[in-house]
Amino acid sequence: MEHKSKYPVSHVVGFLFSLILTFVAVFVALKMNVSYTIVMWIIGSLAIIQAGLQLFMFMHVTEGEDGKTNVINMAYAVFVAIVIVAGSIWVLTSGHAAH
Amino acid sequence: MSANVNHSLPLEYQTEQNRLNILGFWIFLGAEIVLFATLFAVYGVLGHRYAGGPTPSDIFKLNDVLIETLLLLTSSFTCGLAVFFMRQRNMKQLLVWFVITLLLGAGFLFMEIREFIHYVHEGATMQTSAFLSSFFVLLGTHGAHVTFGIIWAVMLIIQLLQRGLTPVTARKMFIISLYWHFLDVVWIFIFTFVYLKGMVG
Repeated sequence: MEHKSKYPVSHVVGFLFSLILTFVAVFVALKMNVSYTIVMWIIGSLAIIQAGLQLFMFMHVTEGEDGKTNVINMAYAVFVAIVIVAGSIWVLTSGHAAH
Repeated sequence: MSANVNHSLPLEYQTEQNRLNILGFWIFLGAEIVLFATLFAVYGVLGHRYAGGPTPSDIFKLNDVLIETLLLLTSSFTCGLAVFFMRQRNMKQLLVWFVITLLLGAGFLFMEIREFIHYVHEGATMQTSAFLSSFFVLLGTHGAHVTFGIIWAVMLIIQLLQRGLTPVTARKMFIISLYWHFLDVVWIFIFTFVYLKGMVG
């Protein structure tokens, strides 16, 4: 469960990584001279990594006797979220183009 | 009851009731993810329909958004510290970091409300275009969650002061920390897929 360490090492590490990821995303989005699609793929991936950091290093999703249930629950929620977002955009944009 | 208390676990996990409450809150967060997913989906579909009104790059200001992001990210970190010290049974440090969390959260809200007022003065209101309608609904729902979290946290601080650290108050503190981290997770995606996306394209 919680490490018995005296200092909140995993929190500090998680925080530093989150800061780095945030600034890298800003740099990639606004300063790098690459195409829109590539920028979106990079900053989208950075966002997912940062969300994972929060989930594992701050929220300790795996801890406790229900840790496995939590992970399955989160994975399922993320799956539904992706279906809703990607599915809606797909159906509503290609629907306009195809009729 | 005492037979069910497992003293080898952190306070918030010691009773069956607490473990069930924490599991239940995780399931609630799963539902919250889906709620925000629907709002992101609406924004994803309507976000480029400007109806002759302002576009994202017309109104978004990187500095303000970055300050909001850092305030909320830091508050998520300090909230984690509060729970860390709670597990060391250090009530004073718990309160210090939890109050700092709240102040950072209030700072975030202040910046966001200021941002919205600025947009409305520039003629970018909810009625202007589909882009702005979906923008304000998504951001407003997140901001309402932060507002609710602050009210909730103030009440919890009062209870912590009155009752001290017990398995019940520790469980409540742990659950609000999950909620607060979750709001930062949602913000990461708002920052990336609303603000940065709007300023790139």
